[in-house]
Amino acid sequence: MNSLLLAVIGVGMILAGYFLYSKFLASKIYALDDSRPTPAHTMEDGVDYVPTNKYVLWGHHFTSVAGAAPIVGPAIAVIWGWLPAFLWVTLGTVFFAGMHDMGALWASVRNRGQSIGALSGRYIGKHGRNLFLVVIFLLLLMVNAAFAVVIANLLIGTPTAVIPTWGALVVAFLVGQAIYRLKWSLPTVSVVGVVALYALILVGNSAPLALPETVWGLPDKAVWIILLFVYAGIASMLPVWMLLQPRDYINGLQLFIALGILYGSVLLARPEVVAPAYNQNVPDGTPGIVPLLFVTIACGAISGFHGMVSSGTSSKQLNKESDARFVGYFGAVGEGLLALGAIIATTAGFRTLADWENVYQAFNDGGVNAFVQGGGTIIEAGLGLPQSLSATIMATTAILFAATTMDTGVRLQRFVVQEIGDVIGVTVRKNLATFIAVAVALALTFGAGVDGSGGLLIWPLFGTTNQLMAGLTLAILAIMLIRRKRNPLPALIPLVFVGVVTIYALFIQLGTFYEQGNWLLLVLDVIILVASIWVIVEAFGAMKAARSYTGDDDAELLAEATYEAEDARE
Amino acid sequence: MSDPTPEPRGRLSGLAAGLRDFYSGPYRRTFARAQQDEDDLFMVIVMAEALGVPNPASYYTVELLPAVYEQFHAWHRRMGLDRSPLDTFSCC
Repeated sequence: MNSLLLAVIGVGMILAGYFLYSKFLASKIYALDDSRPTPAHTMEDGVDYVPTNKYVLWGHHFTSVAGAAPIVGPAIAVIWGWLPAFLWVTLGTVFFAGMHDMGALWASVRNRGQSIGALSGRYIGKHGRNLFLVVIFLLLLMVNAAFAVVIANLLIGTPTAVIPTWGALVVAFLVGQAIYRLKWSLPTVSVVGVVALYALILVGNSAPLALPETVWGLPDKAVWIILLFVYAGIASMLPVWMLLQPRDYINGLQLFIALGILYGSVLLARPEVVAPAYNQNVPDGTPGIVPLLFVTIACGAISGFHGMVSSGTSSKQLNKESDARFVGYFGAVGEGLLALGAIIATTAGFRTLADWENVYQAFNDGGVNAFVQGGGTIIEAGLGLPQSLSATIMATTAILFAATTMDTGVRLQRFVVQEIGDVIGVTVRKNLATFIAVAVALALTFGAGVDGSGGLLIWPLFGTTNQLMAGLTLAILAIMLIRRKRNPLPALIPLVFVGVVTIYALFIQLGTFYEQGNWLLLVLDVIILVASIWVIVEAFGAMKAARSYTGDDDAELLAEATYEAEDARE
Repeated sequence: MSDPTPEPRGRLSGLAAGLRDFYSGPYRRTFARAQQDEDDLFMVIVMAEALGVPNPASYYTVELLPAVYEQFHAWHRRMGLDRSPLDTFSCC
């Protein structure tokens, strides 16, 4: 199989999904209606609720949902061969992710821009809402722990990426200063920032840096992880304009450039896919493809995190209802293309099958390092850049994705800790809350040993938690569709599928963690398992109740929104 | 802190405006909240004397009273006071 053919078929399938299936969803299922004013107009406040150009909003949405996950997941999952991963990413994007992300936007827009958490309280019951808090806490915890390990692995595997990674912080800091203190114009700053970032990549490529194997008796990986958490803790407490805002912005630009470089190289180089379509020669200890494939690739196929972004911020800025198709569905398309790029890089970027098998010696061994190595080879062949420079570009890209997600994750976790403090009546100060957020993530990372292996061990557990959140969103969509007497199957089929594979995967992992004697992960697994079964029971109860619902949900929501708007005006 | 970048001119103005939205959008809320915090602090300093807190700088701050009068109502509502706490400030 040629990688270009794979890319063309994959992109074709995903785009067909956008042009055909999303059109069907928009008109027949969600019945998007531009005559209904969106919350961005009815509740416009210049802060949260702001009607936004759909291309700009798509940019925000896409860069918020695209982290390291659509790279890490596929890069691990191709161990079962490229075909299963390819099918799950393409079909998953078309029938699962697009439907889910666009649906979350629609559900939130019809409910005054409320988040999935609030909607679960409304449609599934107050237990649904409590469950949401538990799941979001665990999800953030796992993101922080897993991404720290991913970055540490990359820094050790690609020492040339050390300077651009830490240098990017300096660039972001200077960008912030240039915009807010020196009042440079944004286009100028953007160009200078991106050029500086790529200059750093060149510098890093000629000056690789590595830590000694042990520092103060700790392995280098542990030291990187600790340094990363110290950074994330500090970054999450600085004013956002200083570091996080310019960093997210430069990273957003870099995301588009890197995707262009990768697909451009595939187009020019057309390397052969060396990995088998279906790998029957999997290394010992690799878990079964069903159900683990479907939770290993979470983002890139379906991801509950997208629902949080859709209903949290994007829905409040939607200019008109029909924009939901472009912002929500095409946002999922962007993520699917990133995952597809990761599959191509990790299966076509090796010269021989033996080379590929050498990298994929054990489950979790491949991962992002395979993406960096494989992607590097493809760029070398396509654009003629030296292999090490190409690998540095790929590694820096992956690290920047993971790091921006991680520092935002620590920041969000701090808010969650403070909120939990409020619930139990204790005021938690900012510093203490940050310390707690970092400490629990560190405990999880080092829970399975001083090498920080706990972080990646929980990757499939991250997948299950994320799928559980997606299931929650799909359940809300199904209930809303049943109430409107519309065909609920586009939401129900993915819901049943995701529910079954998630529960199945949790049971399998339960056995694995028990055998390993890994009590920390075992407890987490049990919590998630209980939560999943709970939400399924509640959701089906709510669906049964929705079938006998005779009111007009849309009219009720509209009346409620009008009442609230009048109330706010008073 | 409001967006400090100047108004764009010329052919690329649409693109520049889009970039500016892309830059500031995700953090709009954070900045609005920071601005509100600063305004609240300013309000407390200016209103200190009126609220019964001795203020050595009241000779200067009294001149600023008209500047904060407009926001006074929003401020006391935000502080959890349904009615104006001052007899002299009857905004509601």
